[in-house]
Amino acid sequence: MSRPGSSPDEKGVSQNGDPGGQCPLFTNTLNAPVSPETRLLSAFARDTQARKVDLAGREYYSEEGKPFELRLVGKIKQQLSTDPTLHPEYPSSLGLREFTRKATEVALGKHSRAIVENQVLGVQTPGFTAAVRLGAELLRCWYDLSADWCGPVYLSSPCDDSLAGIFQAAGIQEIREYYYWDDKQRGICLERLLEDLESAPEHSVVVLSASAHYPTGADLSQSQWAVITRLITSRRLFPFLLLPTQALCCGDMERDAWPVQHCASLGMELLCAQSFSHCFGLYGEAVGHLLCVLKQNSVLLPVQSQADKIVRSLWARPSVGGAHVVTTVLSNSAHLVEWQGEVKHIVERCMLIRAILREKLRLLGTPGRWDHLTQQGGLFCCTGLNGEQVEFLSNRRRVYLLPGGCLNVSAINCRNLDYIAESIHLALTSSL
Amino acid sequence: MSQFFWVPEVPQAAPVAVFKLTQDFNNDQFPNKVNLGVGAYRTDEGQPWVLPVVKKVEKIIVHDDRLNHEYLPILGLPEFRSSASKIVLGDNSPAIQENRVGAVQCLGGTGALKIGAEFLRRFYNGSNNTKTPIYVSAPTWENHNAVFSSAGFEDVRPYRYWDAEKRGLDLAGFLGDLESCPEHSVFVLHACAHNPTGTDPTQEQWKQIAEVMMRRKLFAFFDSAYQGFASGSLEKDAWAVRYFVSSGFEMFCAQSFSKNFGLYNERVGNLTVVARDADNLKRVLSQMEKIVRITWSNPPSQGARIVTITLTSPELFSEWQENVKTMANRVLLMRSQLKAKLQALGTPGTWDHITNQIGMFSFTGLNPKQVEYLVKEKHIYLMASSRINMCGLTTKNIDYVAESIHEAVTKVQ
Repeated sequence: MSRPGSSPDEKGVSQNGDPGGQCPLFTNTLNAPVSPETRLLSAFARDTQARKVDLAGREYYSEEGKPFELRLVGKIKQQLSTDPTLHPEYPSSLGLREFTRKATEVALGKHSRAIVENQVLGVQTPGFTAAVRLGAELLRCWYDLSADWCGPVYLSSPCDDSLAGIFQAAGIQEIREYYYWDDKQRGICLERLLEDLESAPEHSVVVLSASAHYPTGADLSQSQWAVITRLITSRRLFPFLLLPTQALCCGDMERDAWPVQHCASLGMELLCAQSFSHCFGLYGEAVGHLLCVLKQNSVLLPVQSQADKIVRSLWARPSVGGAHVVTTVLSNSAHLVEWQGEVKHIVERCMLIRAILREKLRLLGTPGRWDHLTQQGGLFCCTGLNGEQVEFLSNRRRVYLLPGGCLNVSAINCRNLDYIAESIHLALTSSL
Repeated sequence: MSQFFWVPEVPQAAPVAVFKLTQDFNNDQFPNKVNLGVGAYRTDEGQPWVLPVVKKVEKIIVHDDRLNHEYLPILGLPEFRSSASKIVLGDNSPAIQENRVGAVQCLGGTGALKIGAEFLRRFYNGSNNTKTPIYVSAPTWENHNAVFSSAGFEDVRPYRYWDAEKRGLDLAGFLGDLESCPEHSVFVLHACAHNPTGTDPTQEQWKQIAEVMMRRKLFAFFDSAYQGFASGSLEKDAWAVRYFVSSGFEMFCAQSFSKNFGLYNERVGNLTVVARDADNLKRVLSQMEKIVRITWSNPPSQGARIVTITLTSPELFSEWQENVKTMANRVLLMRSQLKAKLQALGTPGTWDHITNQIGMFSFTGLNPKQVEYLVKEKHIYLMASSRINMCGLTTKNIDYVAESIHEAVTKVQ
């Protein structure tokens, strides 16, 4: 296809729409580097082997291998679709008030002193990433205003690979890691974690997982939290808690949110990013929430006005569909009971898979320690396999894990369990 | 020891005028109050309207067992992106046939502007465009400024647009700014139904604008929030965008389906990208994906599904066009009635602009004192700029509004 010549004198109007008249734009735009997770996903997609197994997905998969929709959620969606009182109004930029009220309550507990004393701001966001982004933007806002803070933000090692980019996009460039997962111990190494946080500059932000740490599944115990909160307070650090899969760790909303409630009860300022995608099976509906607990209720309205301003230049307002479903369930005790039953089922299945996998590995005589499989909770767990072994699994066995050796427990089912256990065994025992 | 606060003393941000207006309206106890502020469609009963076709499609979705519930891809639902781009560019767009059109599903029109702005700041003209001028019309939707400045652009400037004296387009000023601005400046153009003036360039005027922009290497970033809603015709309302594409521009078009689908609360937007060629498009989209990943990561599915199902089914598509015409026609009716009543009352001044303007909004041309009179004395809420939302008018309140405008114009100078 030929292009008309493009001299500056021509009017540049061409009949067949060839962009010949304009100076080339975006020619310096390189293809974005592919993240390891994306590379994995594409490899899995390209894999034509029938027997491929994807253990790197983010959703909760049912025994049939599909992302799971809760029966109750299906029912409620039908009800809401015939509700004549629902109007297509623009929601406020901060979201549906009933939703933020409920989301705040499930994180802090209904009778939280912080709520009672009006020190809490809740903002509905289009999903978990958006909640983290909003939190990062608020921190940046406060950073601009305060002479004291100059970063950095501390993330666990490992963590979700998009977190660093989110803070940087908000204008906070300095991102550091704190030691978290220890391969040898197959768990958290508190000593080294504390060392890293002890040496953090005062006023640093620390991003901590409240429960079901992604991607390792390793969570801090209550006594470990007690130590960490003491350190945070004495070093004047700021906690940014992540709660993406509340209720899917212990099967209990409150237990999973314990760290948030603990920090709030100590009178700490904090941010908490929440998602209801997982615990309601509403993945495609972007139901997130950012919780902000302050110490002085005199800054509540100003912070709210800032959040409003930030939201309006990001996405203007959140989408309501999923939030309506969540609110409906959380506001009705009969629904709550039914929902808790379904969630319990999810959690029990994950626990069962962990137990069976651990047993299979023991029976195979697979080297290494596997106690952590059943000591941890939630969707993800870290196998401790190294990079070579992970590649062995994907290349030779068509079993795809996350690059760091973590996997999504729910993607294991009765059809692929044996194959997966064998594969892990082979990865650890074949000479590579 | 004094208590330590991590969060500093934060100043209150200024409230957004249009929402403050609605708040004041809501708090007003006057029985005949009228809200001519916020930009959402209302029926003649003053109620929001769920389009019948949307109700239908929502039921289809809720009963469809085959829908998966996974996270959407980062760039959004593929069928949504392509059908949304087709709607604005036309099914037979040569650019689409040449595989150089792509899109990103976004959180409403605002989200589309945001992603486009973030991309331009990083990649438009070199790798750091914080100093590249962004031109927005004077006046414009007030959020344009906020979106571009928060994306890092330090130089957001007005281009001449509204001529208050003649109550129309200041074409000479507009063209003048196009001729004198720095090369490679970015211009935010309203595809149709300009917000807040309701005044669009004619086709001939668009041709002149395009000619200068092409010659001076200026970037066209269209904001299309009212396609179909303005004239009742999807093609007519997309004429300017399609003309620019056929002229060979590489450009962006931020689309919103909030108004023409009445899906305000589901945040359905699309950033259409018209690139130089397929390879360029691929690179642009790969970078936009990274930007989306750290903004909202995966967009919500509900609204996009509704739009896709509607646009891709001939029957539902016609029904949607009818629904859109219903809305557009009601607005046109209110425009002609308001003008007729003002003329019948003998209200001083000319009121042709009310029917010459197009879309949801009208710049009445009332001065700030007259606007204040309407708000305070007559409990009729409109923007300080004199912008009114025609959808706020109904057969029940139009007489009161016309009489009040008459009063304001004759009593208050």
